[in-house]
Amino acid sequence: MSVMGSFIISQYVLDHFNFWVAVILMMIGLYAMITKNNLIKKLIGMSIFQTAIILFYVSAGVKEGATIPILEHHAAETEQVAAGDAGAEHGSVVGADHDVSKSSEKAPAHEVHEINPDDYSNPLPHVLMLTAIVVGVATLGVALAVAQVIYKNYGTLEEDEILAKIKAAENDG
Amino acid sequence: MIWQFDILILIFLVVTAVISLQVKDLLAASMVFGTYSFLICLLWAGMGAVDVAFTEATVGAGISAVILIATVYNTRRDSSD
Repeated sequence: MSVMGSFIISQYVLDHFNFWVAVILMMIGLYAMITKNNLIKKLIGMSIFQTAIILFYVSAGVKEGATIPILEHHAAETEQVAAGDAGAEHGSVVGADHDVSKSSEKAPAHEVHEINPDDYSNPLPHVLMLTAIVVGVATLGVALAVAQVIYKNYGTLEEDEILAKIKAAENDG
Repeated sequence: MIWQFDILILIFLVVTAVISLQVKDLLAASMVFGTYSFLICLLWAGMGAVDVAFTEATVGAGISAVILIATVYNTRRDSSD
């Protein structure tokens, strides 16, 4: 039973810890946006909500054992040199990438120049979330500017005091 | 990604998020939010999203924290919650 329990924990919690934390952060941000009385606190909650969504998407692009999504042109050149003088030692070839020279020993010659997508993490969520970060900071900037205007007009940033002042002004007019 | 760093940074993320929302001083909340942004930047560098990481470092930890602090100085520093 405890073996089963630890299996479930590792299967559903530890292996997907990024997603659990994304959901937790999302709920923290949503809670702050709903219940906090101060407008600045609400905006911090909104930013946490946004980063939680970005965390979710970037975690979806992660692959096990993959590296950053930048192609290594240099690796292909090294392969050509290595294929050219087959008798030569691999260690003497430039010595830039040990992993590449190792994999060329195992791989057949026709597969050497192919790019394996499994070696690189998926860049599509990264690019989408890059836009989301910039949109997020623009939203935060505009919201903070509006908060400053509210402070100038009402003299407070607390939501209940602002609503009370609006109500009092309506009753007067 | 080294999973020990992953879990450590994620736990710190939740802690800094809660602290920045619970502290009553808004300047302290802004600074802790900058820490949060820097931690999530580290997380992205670890996950292989380097472009997202340096955008977050400049835009999230830099500009967001600066405009939050500027707003706090133009308004009030204390908060009711």
